[in-house]
Amino acid sequence: MTQTILKMEKINKSFNDVVVLNDVDFELKKGEVHALMGGNGAGKSTLMKILTGVYTANSGNILINGDPVRIEKPQDAQNAAIAMIFQEFSVIPTMSISENMFLNREELKKTGFINQKRLNEQTKELLRELNIKVDPNTKLEELSVGYWQMTEICKALSQDAKILIMDEPTATLTKKETTVLFQLIKKLKSKGISIIYISHRMDEIYKVSDRITVLRDGKHVITSPVDDLPMKSLVSHIVGQDMGDSFQWKERKNPFLDESNPVFEVQDLHSGSKVNGLSFKLFKGEILGIAGLMGSGRTEMSKAVFGIDKIDTGTIKVNGKPIKISNPQDAMNEGIALVPEDRRVQGLVLEHSLRENIMLPILNKVSKLSVIKNKSVNDVSERFIKKLNVKTDDIYKTMNLLSGGNQQKIVLSKWLANDPDILILDEPTNGVDIGAKSEIIEIIKELADQGKSVIVISSELSELLAVVDRILIFKEGKVDREIYRKDIVQEEDLEHAIQNEN
Amino acid sequence: MQSKMKINKQLLNWRKYIVYIAFVLVFITFSITLNDSGFLTSNNLLNIVRQTAMISIMAVGMTLVISSGEIDLSVGSITALSSIITAMALQSFGLFGGIVAGLGTGALLGLVNGLLVSKVLIPSFLVTLGMMEVARGLAMWISGTAPIPILNQSYNFIFGSGSILGLPMLFIWTILCVVMGHFALKHMKFGRKVLATGGNESAAKFSGINTKKIKLSVLVISGTLAGFAGMLYAGRLQAGRFTFGEGDELSVIAAVILGGTSLFGGVGTVIGTIMGSILIGTINNGLILMGLDVSQQMIIKGAIIILAVAFGRKTATK
Repeated sequence: MTQTILKMEKINKSFNDVVVLNDVDFELKKGEVHALMGGNGAGKSTLMKILTGVYTANSGNILINGDPVRIEKPQDAQNAAIAMIFQEFSVIPTMSISENMFLNREELKKTGFINQKRLNEQTKELLRELNIKVDPNTKLEELSVGYWQMTEICKALSQDAKILIMDEPTATLTKKETTVLFQLIKKLKSKGISIIYISHRMDEIYKVSDRITVLRDGKHVITSPVDDLPMKSLVSHIVGQDMGDSFQWKERKNPFLDESNPVFEVQDLHSGSKVNGLSFKLFKGEILGIAGLMGSGRTEMSKAVFGIDKIDTGTIKVNGKPIKISNPQDAMNEGIALVPEDRRVQGLVLEHSLRENIMLPILNKVSKLSVIKNKSVNDVSERFIKKLNVKTDDIYKTMNLLSGGNQQKIVLSKWLANDPDILILDEPTNGVDIGAKSEIIEIIKELADQGKSVIVISSELSELLAVVDRILIFKEGKVDREIYRKDIVQEEDLEHAIQNEN
Repeated sequence: MQSKMKINKQLLNWRKYIVYIAFVLVFITFSITLNDSGFLTSNNLLNIVRQTAMISIMAVGMTLVISSGEIDLSVGSITALSSIITAMALQSFGLFGGIVAGLGTGALLGLVNGLLVSKVLIPSFLVTLGMMEVARGLAMWISGTAPIPILNQSYNFIFGSGSILGLPMLFIWTILCVVMGHFALKHMKFGRKVLATGGNESAAKFSGINTKKIKLSVLVISGTLAGFAGMLYAGRLQAGRFTFGEGDELSVIAAVILGGTSLFGGVGTVIGTIMGSILIGTINNGLILMGLDVSQQMIIKGAIIILAVAFGRKTATK
């Protein structure tokens, strides 16, 4: 376990005089899971791109098993047994597992045709070794993304990779798939494979990694065994300052609380196959958390009440008055806003500018006789950039040039600009770095203090616990349990309640 | 990383103006080499404008369609049908009837396209590919493959050969359509909705935009403008013919893409489109003046389109 497999020494990298990495050291041991952490722009991905041959360092050494190697192109990295498991999977859905695994390096028969049988055998063997039970002939489009990722991992292993880089590997996985991935990681460790693990999710880092290295502003900050680095100090290393108590929950006095008059009420809601008789109430100034396993109907509830999915039966009341919602415009007219689960797919037009995104839900407010008033749009955009502390040069910047956290702030801005009374946030801090995460939590608290009612759907329990007044646990499309935040002592209690174990 | 982005941005901007650069280059080249053939005479320049009017007008509608992430292959055929129906209506119902019939034909076929795309959810590529055949077939059938003459001289003046204050009517119509299209796409709610639908349909829906209605609208607009282009063909040649607009859909799409509109939707510019259309028109005109025959013209025109799009690719895909 103590053998060092990879060493990166004094790595420097600048782009046009801007220093991105400054004398960074990184060391990876055999059979180790090493978490690489840092906010957006800390230099993590640049460091990994140097390791995988996408960029070349200006100076510094890379040693594999003590021998210096030159990695100047992706092929060099592959020769050095380094493989990256991509965040956006680079598999071809219309092909089978074995076809994907051996893509472009298919073994041929003497006749020049592909030896499919042999490929299947090799794939089967590898899958069995890793305890993955699936037919290698299955097309990936018939499988969930969890298998796509496993195919990627298997592909890397079949190329004799010894070092795997996983960048936010659980971002698209369900809870169950995440568990399977962690088992797989354990298995890989026991086979002597080393893993560089990049994630913003604190709980995972503590679950899966052996050591942590933190980068900040292109510099190495600390490398430490995970047990010696409690969450609080890890966070302050990442952010570079004490985060204060934004993750600390304090019982909130709700000055608006009037339990006889819910602002928003759902009665016996049915929608599609995932929402089966949901009922709940939301009060003025309240932050209501919604937890539950994947597929428990959390996201589907939000899509139904926002008019994206069709409501089959059930009543929705706003301020006691039954309303009809058949499209998002109806919901918006009732003062409902939804910050959707996937900002890249549902939240933003990535190739459009920041201001063009912000104006979408408020086109009526910023136009006169259907003509858009540019000044109004710019004023609104500037106001929210300032209010939410979005880091950008100007409001004309294209969204895909912003970091995840700043993108999420724009999705929030877009909806806050519409001045909703009822705000539904689905996984609001997904893929957002810790600094932006705490800022978003603060924004949510502030909104509730202003009298807005907020629903927060989240898989990250620490985040839920930091912000909510009350939690509903969804199960099979119904409300399974209701818990007040003040009755929850520690995260495990909530975890058990969700798993329905106690 | 900051300065790297800045350089990228400049590069991106340079690519954005490829159609203008290409136009200037082509124009200067022709001005020098074809000076003796009369390229620069005002008569010839007005000729270019007259020849490109129909393509330009259809391209305005196509810019909206492509910006919304759809395509309309039926525009060329719609011009043919519209020219014939206009010619027939002019004979029976006079000037006003002819105008209504021409625009109505385009709008109706556009509506059918739009309903099939937004309600029946058939991809626009297939719907309009089918409509391309249907409309051309109808045009042949109704006319019995014979041209239908237009004897209404005021129609022929307004929609064809006439000019006011030295400006050809075709030029005035083109400017009118371009200005309206540009304003709608750039400055109106409608334009934002079109671009958002094409840029990310899901996000547009989640923002409260009725994306189906947008798709229906752009296809109706495109059909109507194609109907109008058909009326102009009829006015210019004083007859309705089933052969009008054959292959125009490709020139129209080429003009739109050359102008910097993304074939994948979300990015669109009507001003770029009109430049694209004029560029193609100028090349056509120059090659004719050079005395090249049709086959040679086609080869050179095709090559120039590929080159220009290749240079401007970053804007087209990003």
